[in-house]
Amino acid sequence: MSNPIIQPENLVYDKSAVLTDNVMHYCPGCSHGTVHRIVAEVIEEMGLQDQTIGVAPVGCAVFIYNYINVDFAESAHGRAPAIATAIKRLNPDKLVFTYQGDGDLAAIGTAETIHACNRGENIAIIFINNGIYGMTGGQMAPTTLLGMKSSTCPTGREPHLNGYPLKITDMLALTEGTCYVTRQSVHTPSSVKKTKRAIRKAFDNSLQGKGTSVVEVVSTCNSGWKMTPVEANRWMEENMFPFYPLGDLKDR
Amino acid sequence: MKNELVLLKGNEAIAHAAIRCGADGYFGYPITPQSEIMETLMELRPWDTTGMVVLQAESEVASINMVFGGAATGKKVMTSSSSPGVSLMQEGISFSCGADLPMLLVNVMRGGPGLGTIQPSQADYFQTVKGGGHGDYKLITLAPSSVQEMVDFVDLGFELSFKYLIPCMILADGVIGQMMEPVTLPPYKPRRTAEQIAAECPWAANGKPAGRYRNVVTSLELDPAKMEKKNEVRQERFRLVEATEVRYEEFLCEDADYLIVAFGSAARVCQSAVEDLRSQGIKVGLLRPITLWPFPSKVLSKYAEKVKCMMTVELNAGQMNEDVRLAVNGKVHVYHYGRMGGIVPTPEEVTEALKSHL
Repeated sequence: MSNPIIQPENLVYDKSAVLTDNVMHYCPGCSHGTVHRIVAEVIEEMGLQDQTIGVAPVGCAVFIYNYINVDFAESAHGRAPAIATAIKRLNPDKLVFTYQGDGDLAAIGTAETIHACNRGENIAIIFINNGIYGMTGGQMAPTTLLGMKSSTCPTGREPHLNGYPLKITDMLALTEGTCYVTRQSVHTPSSVKKTKRAIRKAFDNSLQGKGTSVVEVVSTCNSGWKMTPVEANRWMEENMFPFYPLGDLKDR
Repeated sequence: MKNELVLLKGNEAIAHAAIRCGADGYFGYPITPQSEIMETLMELRPWDTTGMVVLQAESEVASINMVFGGAATGKKVMTSSSSPGVSLMQEGISFSCGADLPMLLVNVMRGGPGLGTIQPSQADYFQTVKGGGHGDYKLITLAPSSVQEMVDFVDLGFELSFKYLIPCMILADGVIGQMMEPVTLPPYKPRRTAEQIAAECPWAANGKPAGRYRNVVTSLELDPAKMEKKNEVRQERFRLVEATEVRYEEFLCEDADYLIVAFGSAARVCQSAVEDLRSQGIKVGLLRPITLWPFPSKVLSKYAEKVKCMMTVELNAGQMNEDVRLAVNGKVHVYHYGRMGGIVPTPEEVTEALKSHL
């Protein structure tokens, strides 16, 4: 099927060959689609489609294996770093990454995450932090900001009732086993480029056996936040970034 | 390489057998009374010889999921634990069954419920054969009653698990795990090569070559029609296992008027009791289920036509007793004699218990 506008001579950007043709189930404005595309592009550029094993989370990204065309193991909620640990140790020449949301990584999977990082497993962890449980309909996450509303803190998160938002990425940077811990975003073209460089570095580190790399992507969930995509990006800049500042936490 | 005769604890035997059968990985967390399994592996350092990976996880939740991950790539992987730890693993066991993954699990049972005791028990029978996790699934369950069977069932367990894509559980107890016996260790079997794994496990997620559709190891399917079909296919495999893989041992059953049914360490006690009762002129036999699932229902149904009554002897409140009663379907009375809390009955107690039903 030829498209009259997209012709080879005026094509400046194309879909990665590592992405499938499946229509993504993500809401318009969601950050997942962008991060999926970046991951696929990096795998393609590294020429590792046949050498990559991904570990899918429980959460909105549970169907990541419908979009990124590599082998996948689907994890129980939060257990992806344990699954990735064994995959990598038993297949040390492969590129192994997990893709996890904040509930998966920072609540139910806290132990698996911290211990995989502390052992320095040669895996890459891609961590989508949008401060809310998206798939189950907008409940409070461990990373939900104080005052931020969710269906289980409908008047806003209060520390005496709900505790404090967890900066788990800072904790992971403290573990001896991590070699690279960074916090990025994908809400502007330049931030997308930075995140892509971060994921490339994380994947390179894994293949070089340098230890665990963690790439947090501070993200929007405009459906869960009940905002338009544009409003969600602005809200993230004004509220999420002050508490979750972007940049490298560790690089060695 | 030849067979080797050595004196080993049941737990140590599991470790030796795992290395010799060509296992690719062991992931575990310490818990009494089975910690010698991982300790022995760490002492033997198989990563220097066969290349087997041995890793101490942060919890049983992590170790079963490590097994899930290794199995997802087609590797021969295993874990071991004892009752409270196996309770923690139930999520991962259910997910493994839902993803049809082969793996070897070992439960060296101790008394419960809760933290219970560190002494031997068989109280995890229901959890193992009725499904301790969620969903419709079965575990191929092997019940060793000697240290030699601890050795033999490692290889057998992997073989059955890979053949039917159903996790296999060696359901031992603290007696079998801790006692020492002379055993024959099998010769070393090489670990499978990448080519062999690719041929035997075409479903494995171990890197998608160009031209092959991506492999996704998952228990998830949102389309109910597809999910029902997946379950039906799995149930067909269960029926096949029930038809072909039942294992049991008969001791003096041929002319028996009374039948004792017992597995694992309880069966050893019962063997002495049967000999004692026979010397008193009472014709008693012992039937020892080796596979607790698939359960030897047919042979028990056959004996129900011949004996006056049956009695199960278990280190629990009467769990296998229910399966024996289902098998005999009311044809004979099935009494139960059990001890709990880590107590192992003496042959004399079993003898007296049976005589009270004559």
